[in-house]
Amino acid sequence: MAGGYKYFGAIEQNAVLLGVLTLVMVSLGGLSEITPLFVEAHSLHAPPGVKPYDPLRLAGRDIYVREGCYLCHSQMIRALRAETQRYGRYSTADESVYDRPFQWGSKRTGPDLSRVGGKYSEKWQRLHLLDPRAFVPESNMPAYPWLEHAALDASDISARMRALRTLGDPYTDADIAGAAKAVADKSELDALVAYLQGLGIANEPQPAAKEPAK
Amino acid sequence: MRPEETYNDQIVRLFLLAAAVWGIVGMAIGVYAAAEMAWPWFNLGVPWLTFSRIRPDHTFGVIFAFGGSALMGTCYYVVQRTGHTRLAFTALANFTFWGWQLGCVLAMATMPFGLTQSKEYAEPEWFVDIAIAVVWVCFGIVFFGTIAKRRIRHIYVANWYYGAFIIAVGLLHIVNNIAVPVSLTKSYPVYSGAVDAMVQWWYGHNAVAFFLTAGFLGMMYYFVPRQAQQPLWSYRFSIVNFWALISVYMWAGPHHLLYTALPDWVQSVGMAFSLILLMPSWGSAANGLLTFNGSWHLLRTDPAAKFMVVSLVFYAASTFEGSMMAIKTVNSLSHYTEWTIAHVHNGALGWVAMITIGSLYAMAPRALGQPAMYSRPAMELHFWLHVTGVLLYIFSMWTAGVTQGLMWRATSPDGSLTYPFIDSLIAIKGLYIARWFSGVLILSGMVVMAWNLWHTAAAARARLISPIPVPIPEPEPLQVPTPLPAAE
Repeated sequence: MAGGYKYFGAIEQNAVLLGVLTLVMVSLGGLSEITPLFVEAHSLHAPPGVKPYDPLRLAGRDIYVREGCYLCHSQMIRALRAETQRYGRYSTADESVYDRPFQWGSKRTGPDLSRVGGKYSEKWQRLHLLDPRAFVPESNMPAYPWLEHAALDASDISARMRALRTLGDPYTDADIAGAAKAVADKSELDALVAYLQGLGIANEPQPAAKEPAK
Repeated sequence: MRPEETYNDQIVRLFLLAAAVWGIVGMAIGVYAAAEMAWPWFNLGVPWLTFSRIRPDHTFGVIFAFGGSALMGTCYYVVQRTGHTRLAFTALANFTFWGWQLGCVLAMATMPFGLTQSKEYAEPEWFVDIAIAVVWVCFGIVFFGTIAKRRIRHIYVANWYYGAFIIAVGLLHIVNNIAVPVSLTKSYPVYSGAVDAMVQWWYGHNAVAFFLTAGFLGMMYYFVPRQAQQPLWSYRFSIVNFWALISVYMWAGPHHLLYTALPDWVQSVGMAFSLILLMPSWGSAANGLLTFNGSWHLLRTDPAAKFMVVSLVFYAASTFEGSMMAIKTVNSLSHYTEWTIAHVHNGALGWVAMITIGSLYAMAPRALGQPAMYSRPAMELHFWLHVTGVLLYIFSMWTAGVTQGLMWRATSPDGSLTYPFIDSLIAIKGLYIARWFSGVLILSGMVVMAWNLWHTAAAARARLISPIPVPIPEPEPLQVPTPLPAAE
């Protein structure tokens, strides 16, 4: 055993060797687990039905990100029976190919939102965001009244779409040119509700031909 | 005659002060956020006080501002003492202090106003990330520069952990935050969807591994033997644990994404490595605890030692809990619930905060030119406030988490779900109040510590202390390699 320690003794007297070996050891895990996903992501094309967010819903998604909704709401239905029963079909990787950042979340103080679109009326969503306890007296969700009077910035939205295009999201020039019109006179609340109402509907792959009936 | 070389303890004192202040700020925000979960009107209608806006301030404040300041301060203290040399690059070291404080203020002043990437524990926007990266590289230069000019040939184990902490956190921070800026206030990550999820939890998990574990183990490996007045129980064991810990931890990230849309093989690999991880974790905890052999009487007389012993017990407990929660079957119940929150605070308040507090109590008198802390009863009071608070916190959130998990999956005999979601929230409301109260206890303990440090620092504040000279050891070729284990 003393012979084995000799080598460690050498490492522990040489700062460069110690540093380099540390870097090698900490890199192995990440490289092995992340590199294959990159390769896979390149071969993964958005399935039919999954399109990049339209300007209004993109603005809404960025408000969802800005307000920190992911801290209490997940967007990831796990492949477990109780979950699919409560929230709908389990989430798949191809549904979130345009999600930067991903918003799968890690905590459910409130319910999962990945398929909340269309579950409630648009009016319900608006009023619920303005005062959650008017509908659910026991809820501990904060109210977001400031969204109602904040206007969207059209030029900012097109800049965002251009940035996403450089990252590979297939926005056309027409999409970007039309952004200003799409968000004109809209409030942040309109955008967030549009995003929520599209969740699980507008960004979902077309269902397989024969899905087992519920 | 050349002027005598002295330790640079001025920088250590600055970080000590910053850690005390950030500890109170970060935990106060936590108590406030906890109050909002129990009483949602607590944000008073103010956007930037709303739970979803300030929770990143709590996590950033306690992990990076409080933990980071404590780590950098103790790191500068330890690397000088174990190398018998003055800290390298005094001006750059001062820059790392002011730069780090500026980075923390910048992050915590922007996130509540919606400037966030919404990537957990990596929320600050791109310009803050760049500032943090620059400071971090400078921190690495100061640390490795000091290692390079050490007078003791052998690099002591605490420094391996501090070194791994610096290298890995730099790597994680940069890779996870690569983004394309749209404007000063908004950017999009280059990763999307499942790849972003994998990169984020590789970062998130290893922020726990290298910030909250490796860094604090560095602290432990210096201050525990120092306070126990015993040599480390087994130096050879620490070598095994070091290499195992730093290599295995990096594989365990996918256990944050079990049963999700991440490829199944990645989930299984993550779970397997999480179970293996239990061994080096318990190894490190055991090595620290067994170092107290022969010094257990200190538990009666020395509150700093008491903080250290209990922190190691919490470390063993929370890593056991973590490995168990990484098992898919357990995770299917615990994920998304308050159990996760209980686990995080088991580690963060039990292990990280207590080893930090113990080390600060051990280091502060020496760095402040005093024989002991100003008040021992105040240290005792802090200990009991903290331990009571932590136990109340984790027991209330364990109960809440298991309740949620069971209610979410409960089905009636006809196969339908038994409870609507809101029932699971109503069931745990009382526990949210208990958790808020536990936070108040812990925060009061921190205030007691700050008061105690303030009085201990009286001489330093009056600029009455003189720098400590560096003891110059034998020339290197004559040094006996101290920690060689007994050879056959």
